[in-house]
Amino acid sequence: MKRSGAPVFWLLFGAGGMLSALLGPALVFITGIAVPLGWVVPSGVMGYPRMRALAQHPVGKSLLFAVIALFAWHAAHRIFHSLHDLGFHKSMLAKLACYGGALALTLVTAAALLLVGF
Amino acid sequence: MSRDGVARRPYLRTMDSWWRRNPYFVRYMAREATAVAVAVYALVLAAGLVCLAQGEAAWNAWLAALRTLPAVALHVVLLVAMLVHAQSWFAIMPKTLPMIAFGGRRLPATAITRAGWAATLAASGALLAAAGWWRP
Repeated sequence: MKRSGAPVFWLLFGAGGMLSALLGPALVFITGIAVPLGWVVPSGVMGYPRMRALAQHPVGKSLLFAVIALFAWHAAHRIFHSLHDLGFHKSMLAKLACYGGALALTLVTAAALLLVGF
Repeated sequence: MSRDGVARRPYLRTMDSWWRRNPYFVRYMAREATAVAVAVYALVLAAGLVCLAQGEAAWNAWLAALRTLPAVALHVVLLVAMLVHAQSWFAIMPKTLPMIAFGGRRLPATAITRAGWAATLAASGALLAAAGWWRP
């Protein structure tokens, strides 16, 4: 019997779903609303030296990678299955577009995190 | 043409707007649409990270882009979607988790959902605190 890749996709979906439920609202609020409008958080919170240090720190690097990659895999899995409800039935093309997109974003994130240095 | 060579046009019910006819399915599709918000936010963050890797000028350009009105409006929509996502994630958590027994009794579903929200509140507080106090 051919082994199914489904458990792997399901695991990434579950991990990304949990992480986005835990951190998603606060992250969107900080990076997309509070910092641009200068609310709540002190200015310079997302300044270059600070964010560079965050991306170079092993903990910060792991967190950034986990957030972006798992959000992408979670969304890809869910969008892939929702396409069915919109009348696009399961096809290799749909699968490649969804999971391929998540894979591409994961690789771009990994490359950027390596380029930032340690 | 079907396999036996008889030309037929089988009836295929259209899938156009099937979910718009029933409020239950409208809510279902709204929940599913939050996945798009999660994907968009992953793209925004990845773009920021690529800019960060390119240097200070690129990073400041990304920050400036986030300060524009369309970007802030987008993030307000993303925030609402993230909250809807968290709500539905914790609402189904009692069904997706293996059964948890506590003192010989099954842990009630509302307790699991509340624990999820409590964890989100704690994580949000920790993130805000880190944004305010963490110094590299």
